[in-house]
Amino acid sequence: MLNRLFTNQLQLGLAQALAAAVVAYAVVLLARRRKIHVESEAAVALVRGLVQIIAVGSVLVMMLQAPRWTGAFLLVAMIVAAGATSARRAKGVPGAFRVSTCSIACGAGSVIAIMTWLGVIDTAITALIPVGSMLIANAMNTNGLALNRFRSDVLAHVGEIETALALGADPRPSVAPYVQASFEASLIPAIDSLRSLGIVWIPGLMAGMLLSGSRPVYAAIYQFVVLAMIFGASGLTSLVSTLLIRTHAFTTAEQLLLRPGISQAKVRD
Amino acid sequence: MRSAPHVLTAEHLSRSVGGLKLVDDISMQVRAGEVLAVVGPSGSGKSSFLRLLNRLDEPTSGTVFFEDIDYRQIPPRELRRKVGMVTQRPFLFPGSVFQNVSFGPQQRGEVFSEARAEELLTRVGLGGYVSRDVANLSGGEAQRVSLARALANSPIVLLLDEPTSALDEQAKAEVESLIHEIIRETHLTCIVVTHDMAQAARLATRVMMLEKGRATRIGTLTEVLHA
Repeated sequence: MLNRLFTNQLQLGLAQALAAAVVAYAVVLLARRRKIHVESEAAVALVRGLVQIIAVGSVLVMMLQAPRWTGAFLLVAMIVAAGATSARRAKGVPGAFRVSTCSIACGAGSVIAIMTWLGVIDTAITALIPVGSMLIANAMNTNGLALNRFRSDVLAHVGEIETALALGADPRPSVAPYVQASFEASLIPAIDSLRSLGIVWIPGLMAGMLLSGSRPVYAAIYQFVVLAMIFGASGLTSLVSTLLIRTHAFTTAEQLLLRPGISQAKVRD
Repeated sequence: MRSAPHVLTAEHLSRSVGGLKLVDDISMQVRAGEVLAVVGPSGSGKSSFLRLLNRLDEPTSGTVFFEDIDYRQIPPRELRRKVGMVTQRPFLFPGSVFQNVSFGPQQRGEVFSEARAEELLTRVGLGGYVSRDVANLSGGEAQRVSLARALANSPIVLLLDEPTSALDEQAKAEVESLIHEIIRETHLTCIVVTHDMAQAARLATRVMMLEKGRATRIGTLTEVLHA
């Protein structure tokens, strides 16, 4: 229906974006009826997402003319932005931004670097940025899940952790069960994506390759390659994140920082 | 006769969180073998004060001397081994009673035999419980295991944070009399937080009254009550 109303591609795109946003927001309003309030957060996220993706599209258009190495700068900026977004999911976790940014840089950054060096990811900006951003975005989600789970598990077991500390235990093994649970929980989406590949869903990248005329078998194989890279980047991010946060959860005097109503900033008062 | 040396000395100990003074400039000393009860209304800073003594929390100002050494010079794990703690809720780790009782020594790589655990459990009235699963213990039994677990570290000072307040009346009386017995037999230096004046009178030789984070009175129970 929309393609009959709009002949200009840009106008059609905006109309399609609006239609998709309306559907997404309808779900938010449905949730509101069940007293789940995410209206403002969802509205901001939808508008922000649209503005950001248009901005990135515009930057990509400009960067098509730029030298290939400029893609690295864009990826670094994406990693920092992903660190900031992910850290917001871990309110109260000491050093969440630093931990998130370092973890995503280690996880997604190293997989992008190795795969680009091996020639799996093309260095052309039109390939490097979209594939790189997929790895970074998934690493960000995994990191957010890991930190969020770690935070809630630790807050639910403050008594047990502090009892172990009071008995002279090393802080690291005191939180080891929660580190393990966070790592496992954060990887569930990436594992499920790989498991259900082709059966439950045909990812966008493969669909895009098919639409642009690639051979279906190569498109399918490359989609697996991307998902395997996502799994690697997410797994490494979560591993680094949970290891770093294990240290950040305690002071140098081996006191638990992650406690209800306590944060580093407050204690310094 | 020479009086016993000071084991624990708090000097101008304070802790603030979010601008709120939880512990406000407390100075006190505890001698070896002495039992000090810390009393006061809810929210007066009793538990916050106790947590500063084994450095589970960091003082905002002031410090604690353990056997005349500033406790910031002592590695935290070593300090916490020597200054044991029993909390209001026992927080037993999943597994057997033995795994719980041997937890502290095992952290230092020490061999802790079942016979030694049995000996400690017998002392707290739980002989024969060594292989039991902690999931099947009553509240009173769990608190006894928690006490045995703290004693397994052979502490020099034992901090007791309202150890009977989460128990029913019968278990409360039993655990309190057990603590009394252990203190009398071992001459262990203890600091007991309680909101129950009668319990303070039964257990302690001296009492410190806290109000809004400040130590308002310290002395024998009679001195504190009639000050």
